[in-house]
Amino acid sequence: MTAYVYVSLKKSVLDPQGKTIHGALSKIGYKGLHDVRQGKYFEITLNGGITKDEANIEVERIAREVLTNPVIEEYRFSLEDN
Amino acid sequence: MKFGVIIFPGSNCDHDAFWTIHHVAKQPVTFLWHDSHDLQNCDAIVVPGGFSFGDYLRTGAIAKFSPVMESVREFAAGGGLVLGICNGFQILCESGLLPGALMRNVGLKYVCKQVQVKVENNQTPFTNACRTGEVLTIPIGHMEGNYFCDEATLEELKRDNRIVFRYTSANGEITDESNPNGSLENIAGICNAGRNVLGMMPHPERAAEPELGGVDGVKIFESLVGAMALK
Repeated sequence: MTAYVYVSLKKSVLDPQGKTIHGALSKIGYKGLHDVRQGKYFEITLNGGITKDEANIEVERIAREVLTNPVIEEYRFSLEDN
Repeated sequence: MKFGVIIFPGSNCDHDAFWTIHHVAKQPVTFLWHDSHDLQNCDAIVVPGGFSFGDYLRTGAIAKFSPVMESVREFAAGGGLVLGICNGFQILCESGLLPGALMRNVGLKYVCKQVQVKVENNQTPFTNACRTGEVLTIPIGHMEGNYFCDEATLEELKRDNRIVFRYTSANGEITDESNPNGSLENIAGICNAGRNVLGMMPHPERAAEPELGGVDGVKIFESLVGAMALK
């Protein structure tokens, strides 16, 4: 099973990197972009034999306690069998 | 009165802090390896600057899980003096010993230069050798020094006079031009509610001898020595 974890800055937090990318995209001609936010992406491969419920608990904890700083960031994740 | 300077893999201001404490402030000092719980009966702990664990994931995010930080949390809870400088400030925020977070500089550049910081509160163990309102010249060198916290936390910091340093102009004016990294309200350093834990982005150990271009940073270490003498 693989967990796909996305960490992004909270909406209330300014993202100067996203802003710079947005500016660059507009400059090279991409139209119609309202906003760009940059985040982080993690792929976590879990040991075989772990159930989906166990994986949910484990990955949620990892995302909350380690991968995210709750002051500025939020997370979401999905689990897929492979 | 013994100081302990923590070394994480990737710390790089540990020797500068050690030098300043030993040769300038003339105090006993020892290094503390991050992988041990033993604080060796130190009376004050310095969490130095650098790039602990390569600053991978987030600055300070991995260092907070080092065994020594468990001891530092207990030490701080008992009123022990903890000074976090630059990466040390980031580690203290990640560890929950100080509120808020240090984000990427708003200009997206590493900034390394002398800055002016105003002492907003001299009633702390880290600033008692300064005057309130005194402007110190101390260098910064960081990519993530943009202090951020939510509004409620900011109100609390202001109400309790826990904003200890602010970036200012040479004559102490709080201006956007003097804010090198986009920090909320020009915040350069804050302390905890107990006033025994302080985090600051400027490097006082890099402003400790005339050869380094200034000696204002010594006041932080002198303050600590004075505070420990009173304990």
